[in-house]
Amino acid sequence: MSRPVPLLSAVNEPFWTAGADGVLRIRRCLDCGLWVHPPELRCPNCLSRRVEPEAVSGRAEVLTFTVNHQPWQSELVVPYVIAIVELVDAPGVRLTTNIVNCPIGSVHIGMAVQVVFEPLDNVFLPLFEPAVG
Amino acid sequence: MSVATTEIGERRAVISGVGQSEIGRRLFRSGTDLTVEAALRAAEDAGLDRRAIDGVSTWPGGQGVEGMSPTGATDLKEALRLDLRWWSGGSETAGQYGAVFNAIAAVGAGFANHVVCFRTVTEATASAQMTGHTSLVGAGPGRVTGSAQWIAPFNAFSAANWIGMFAQRYMHDFGLTREQLGQIPLACRRHAALNPVAIYREPLTLDDYLAARMISTPFCLYDCDVPVDGSTAVIVSRADAAADLRKPPVRIEAAGMRLTERFSWDQRADLTTMAATDAAASMWARTDLRPADVDVVELYDGFSFIALCWLEALGFFPKGEAGSFLEGGDNISLGGVLPLNTHGGQLSAGRLHGYGFLHEACRQLWGEAGERQVPDAQVAVAAAGGGPLGGCLLLTRS
Repeated sequence: MSRPVPLLSAVNEPFWTAGADGVLRIRRCLDCGLWVHPPELRCPNCLSRRVEPEAVSGRAEVLTFTVNHQPWQSELVVPYVIAIVELVDAPGVRLTTNIVNCPIGSVHIGMAVQVVFEPLDNVFLPLFEPAVG
Repeated sequence: MSVATTEIGERRAVISGVGQSEIGRRLFRSGTDLTVEAALRAAEDAGLDRRAIDGVSTWPGGQGVEGMSPTGATDLKEALRLDLRWWSGGSETAGQYGAVFNAIAAVGAGFANHVVCFRTVTEATASAQMTGHTSLVGAGPGRVTGSAQWIAPFNAFSAANWIGMFAQRYMHDFGLTREQLGQIPLACRRHAALNPVAIYREPLTLDDYLAARMISTPFCLYDCDVPVDGSTAVIVSRADAAADLRKPPVRIEAAGMRLTERFSWDQRADLTTMAATDAAASMWARTDLRPADVDVVELYDGFSFIALCWLEALGFFPKGEAGSFLEGGDNISLGGVLPLNTHGGQLSAGRLHGYGFLHEACRQLWGEAGERQVPDAQVAVAAAGGGPLGGCLLLTRS
């Protein structure tokens, strides 16, 4: 399916390219521990400049979702699931994403999911699929 | 929440007149042409010569973009050759009413006496003339940047997607049903039948609603507002400059705006609430009036669920109890305890992007709403914005 591609910058590049080695990375303050997403270079809590990408497991929980039926653009394949997930080991960090590799009707709030990357030009989009085990 | 200042400064301002242009689907008129029509009607309504207008305020400001923002403050200045002492246009505000809040501040500061606040849209014509949708985010050519990069790559282009996810979570947490949510578009349609300039006026039944095609769950077609062309103008005047105008002005009892939570569509801690919650709380902190004093509410319904959020945020029922409040639709209908969107809302009267509600609230307080008049309306709330955008006004009859 066609998708808009993010423009990379020094701030967002670690997030959008983390999937190259299959590991999701979220910026975290090395001083106060705050997960900072969307990414910033300075911690909005303690103002430290030591905010670096940190690997996370990629496990998440579906907080909410919607099944999009409207073909907003002619090349879209509908229906598809858009969701907001919260990362299990980065509490408070939510990602808007797609839930894939499962029947649309099986998606539910509270569902355990795990990251799966979709390569797209030079970025790797973090999508989510049902967690195994 | 306490009020930091000793004075409720918005009471130095009043609304002295309102006006609307022709409103319709695909009018093929320019945004500035529509804006001039609305502004002149508002000036006439107030009893002001146009040369007395010394301020202009608009949202989201002129960006030369047909559709969402065809006309800016300086376009109106040029079109009417106004002598402006103050003007402003921009979108980084507490929702669409930011232009009104700015005008209130300007007359309070003495920068201007009579400020025309306007919102003009030509979305229907723009979508007819182009292949794309003007309200989609991140859907244009080229790579996405800024906040759109966090949603557009997942093909979440529309507010229907973002707001739909809030609605889905509310349904999950509190048991709201589609039958209950559907009472909002049904009530709007009943009210639109009494508004000669509404877009959709034919009856809409619950069966029609439940059978309509899905846009983005849980929203079907009738949960989504209708893009139109049109302009609304509201004149904010300094209270002591409005004493001798054509009619007693509408008083601004309190304004509500607050940005406490993350400015984001997906990072808000409680995904069953919106910025509306913070705006409403800040409004009530600035007045002795209470929700029970309100006679009529005109609340943003770009999607049905946003109006539900505003009703809850404003305290008309306890958190989570929207379903029972909306059940059957009587509470929110004309003749009910809290008539909602008496002109038909954006769902049936068209997406005037927040300003249709403010226009209708003033008409109700002036007793000018014709067949849809709420008897003896004294206190009204107008609110605009969804997600991280939100601002509201508590208005009273003089």
